[in-house]
Amino acid sequence: MRTADLITAAVLIAGAALVIFDSLRLGVGWGTDGPNSGFFPFWLGVGMVAACLLIAFQALRRSADKPFVQRAQLSSVLKVLWPATAAVVLMQFVGLYVASAIYMGFYMRWVGRHRWATVAAIGIGVPVATFFVFEKWFLVPMPKGPLETWLGY
Amino acid sequence: MGLENLALGFHHAVTPFNLFVAVIGITLGTIIGVLPGLGGANGVAILLPLTFTMPPTSAIILLTSLYWGALFGGAITSILFNIPGEPWSVATTFDGYPLARQGQSGQALTAAFTSSFVGAFFSIVLITFFAPILAEIALKFGPPEFFAIQLLTFSSFVGLGGGNPLKSLVSILIGFILAAVGLDIVTGQLRMTFGFTDLMKGFDFIVAVIGLFGVGEILLSVEEGLSFHGATTGMNLRVVLDTWKTLPRYWRTFVRGSFIGFWMGFKPGGATPASFMSYAFAKRFSRHPERFGKGELEGVVAPETAAHAAGVAAMLPMITLGIPGSPTAAVMLGGLIIWGLQPGPLLFKEKPDFVWGLIASMYTGNILGVLMVLAGVPFFAAILRIPFAILTPLIVVVCAIGAYAVHSSMIDIWYMLIFGVVGYVFKKLDYPLAPLVLALVLGDLAENALRQSLIMSQGTLTIFFTRPIAGAITAVAIFFFALPVITPWWRRLRGLPAAAPAPRET
Amino acid sequence: MKRQLSRLATWLGLAALVAVAAIPAAAAWEPAKPIEFVVPAGTGGGADQMARLIAGIAEKHKLSPRPIIVVNKAGGAGGEGFLHVKEKKGDDRNHSIIITLSNLFTTPLHTGIPFNWKDLTPVARLALDQFILWVNAETPYKTAKEYLGAVSSKQCKERQAGQCIMGGTGSAQEDQIITIQLEQALGVKFTYVPFKGGGEVCVNLVGQHVDSTVNNPIECVSHWKAGRVRPLAVFDAGRIPEPEWKDIPTVKEALGSDIQYLMLRGIFGAPGMHKNAVDWYAGFLKKVYETPDFQEYMKQGALKPAFATGGEYGKWLEENDKLHRDLMAKGGLLKK
Repeated sequence: MRTADLITAAVLIAGAALVIFDSLRLGVGWGTDGPNSGFFPFWLGVGMVAACLLIAFQALRRSADKPFVQRAQLSSVLKVLWPATAAVVLMQFVGLYVASAIYMGFYMRWVGRHRWATVAAIGIGVPVATFFVFEKWFLVPMPKGPLETWLGY
Repeated sequence: MGLENLALGFHHAVTPFNLFVAVIGITLGTIIGVLPGLGGANGVAILLPLTFTMPPTSAIILLTSLYWGALFGGAITSILFNIPGEPWSVATTFDGYPLARQGQSGQALTAAFTSSFVGAFFSIVLITFFAPILAEIALKFGPPEFFAIQLLTFSSFVGLGGGNPLKSLVSILIGFILAAVGLDIVTGQLRMTFGFTDLMKGFDFIVAVIGLFGVGEILLSVEEGLSFHGATTGMNLRVVLDTWKTLPRYWRTFVRGSFIGFWMGFKPGGATPASFMSYAFAKRFSRHPERFGKGELEGVVAPETAAHAAGVAAMLPMITLGIPGSPTAAVMLGGLIIWGLQPGPLLFKEKPDFVWGLIASMYTGNILGVLMVLAGVPFFAAILRIPFAILTPLIVVVCAIGAYAVHSSMIDIWYMLIFGVVGYVFKKLDYPLAPLVLALVLGDLAENALRQSLIMSQGTLTIFFTRPIAGAITAVAIFFFALPVITPWWRRLRGLPAAAPAPRET
Repeated sequence: MKRQLSRLATWLGLAALVAVAAIPAAAAWEPAKPIEFVVPAGTGGGADQMARLIAGIAEKHKLSPRPIIVVNKAGGAGGEGFLHVKEKKGDDRNHSIIITLSNLFTTPLHTGIPFNWKDLTPVARLALDQFILWVNAETPYKTAKEYLGAVSSKQCKERQAGQCIMGGTGSAQEDQIITIQLEQALGVKFTYVPFKGGGEVCVNLVGQHVDSTVNNPIECVSHWKAGRVRPLAVFDAGRIPEPEWKDIPTVKEALGSDIQYLMLRGIFGAPGMHKNAVDWYAGFLKKVYETPDFQEYMKQGALKPAFATGGEYGKWLEENDKLHRDLMAKGGLLKK
């Protein structure tokens, strides 16, 4: 927990530094008609640095405690996270519908060990239904790939 | 004004065709409300071109029914999966989701739908009888008054969160900073985009919420073992009746939520702050504030009553003044023009059948709506019985669709994943998420209103005190800000023991 | 010989067939997939309304074989929308159009985003939006001259030092450009307060939170008819010819200085859109423009009918590009 607290504080301080840097470019003063563009972000950034330093200080004074996450826990979290990330990467190339079919099918089979029939029915049925709802009825375009282009969308 | 006009309105609204249209609208609206990222405004905008061939009264009934459906539907995913389908359902997750995890999703859903209906009904009655007077009050709200309201919303939350105050502060600061990314409307300059065009549109509140709450929650619950703690009790319509029996005891929360919602709903973006404020007040005035955030039914009643009251109130400036009270109303106004009606103060005189048909349809639409969603309670609750390995990817896909739909932008899906990891880490490190979300949704509005006011006053802060309405609201806000300081002092003065430590905020 | 003739005939026949097949194929491009119609502004505004009206008319009169999908991309004063269309590739370039307002010129000039209207393919200009100087009806100013007198002698009541407040949409956009033009031509000074949308601006005028606005007619018309606001002058060369608007004088008549500003309501296609696709969209928009629905909409909003395509449109764009550059340079609104 302590290490995680320190890392989070460090990341947030780095982010705040970026904010302060950009605010200085915009002007942090109080003009004739109120604050400049950078005024609020600047002080928000300064406040963030101060608060994070205090959090880090608190964490340092604490003795080492239970770990942030156990190995088994981390592996189950990653088991959700990496297929989801892979699916998002895939979306850039094959579009949302195909990517979600592959992702859902893979996950159902790999984690749930569901029967192939179930996997196929849901893995294909859900994206197809979504396609009709969004592209046909609601006319809300989703990311599309070669398959949809071939179908004329 | 009054009853005979309303009777005329019912004459127009209660035709078989219009009732049919209302049912279609509510069904579509509920779907749109369930899908995060597809808000009421999108839904209405999407259907707008289809309404050209309809008579205006039916067209507006279709669109408003869709809006009511979205208002009802927003609560469903909030309660079942901790994913707010709409911005104003964020506060519903605080207690609704814990209730669902305890196997009480049916109760939570029933409470949410019923509260929505109560809030809506209250607002509709006020609109029916006092619309013109209320519209005049709405006009008195300029930038300084608007800022004072934002201040009040924040102040109502101060001192409610327990935990590490430094972490709450950081959470608020992150929210404000994220809200500031993008174009600064006051000067027209780009802020904190560092030359990346993807950052230009800023961070959308919905995308952040889908990630922080939805994806973050999935990660947290798999950590505790690969399962959702779904409903296990038998699900039938009995649960609706049983929950109804317990609801009357929250009558104070209903009244308070309705007032807050109606009053906040006048101004654009009112429903979300109203729901937060109502939640905060319910917790403040509750005899068991420590139960909030852990599955208190009142914590569902409060935000939902206010959100739906505000959602209805947002229609008022549209009907009486021709100005939108919410993004959804803005699209409907466009619709009026396209249908050949002139929105604005004269609509009541020139098209009474349209206006009163619309008002009457608010009654019928909400009654139909609440019956339809309540009938669906067992069905919605049963969703949690879907096996984990099917539900998880399904939720992730729905979240991705929602995130993408906000701006039709791929980068938002990435933001969603990143926010998901951030939500997971923050929750584990006890950084509260509610202040972040509140700051993100109000930050932009608050900063604009503040700076507009300061331009008007040429830089002096007295403008928030010299204008009567702004002054009164600011004073109340300052009182709430000072409350954590005053309370211990007051107790000591009275010789009372110090208050128990405040409970943890979710 | 006979065989040769018949072979020739076959070839000729084939050639004719190819020609017959080729002529319509070349001329009649049709959208092969749904058309993305980008609005570089939020839902509910003037551009959004017009885009949805066009989509609706197309649906109602069956003017397009594929649906038109309106997508709002308002981020960065519309910059998000322009960059989105600019980055289209392949056949998407023929299925992506964008409706513009003045931010076509002003946003790149003020924010420095890597976009120029010349990146896009001009399709058609539909209409031009008017601007009117409005004050609250409860104020004593009956003419623009009276109001500007109060502005120059700083007599606006309940304001800091009597400084009059002009409300407008956004910063460094059309409303502020007009305000600066007024200031420079007449030697006065307003306090300019930016708001998010035109409807909001007019309501702040009705609530007397600002002293005047330069709203488009459609944004204020209902408040005018309800007797809450008063139009003082039109920023155009001539009066608005519609009966209910024709009594409002032009700025030149009212104040003696000729300040004109009109806002583009036009359509562009993605960069490198095929010539035939451009022709199809131009024809499609012409049909939309001629429907009674669209004509009625223009009448209601006192929009100036101004359908133009091709060279005429291009010439107008060139002129207005230069105009905006000049106006913004004079007003100190260019990116520093």
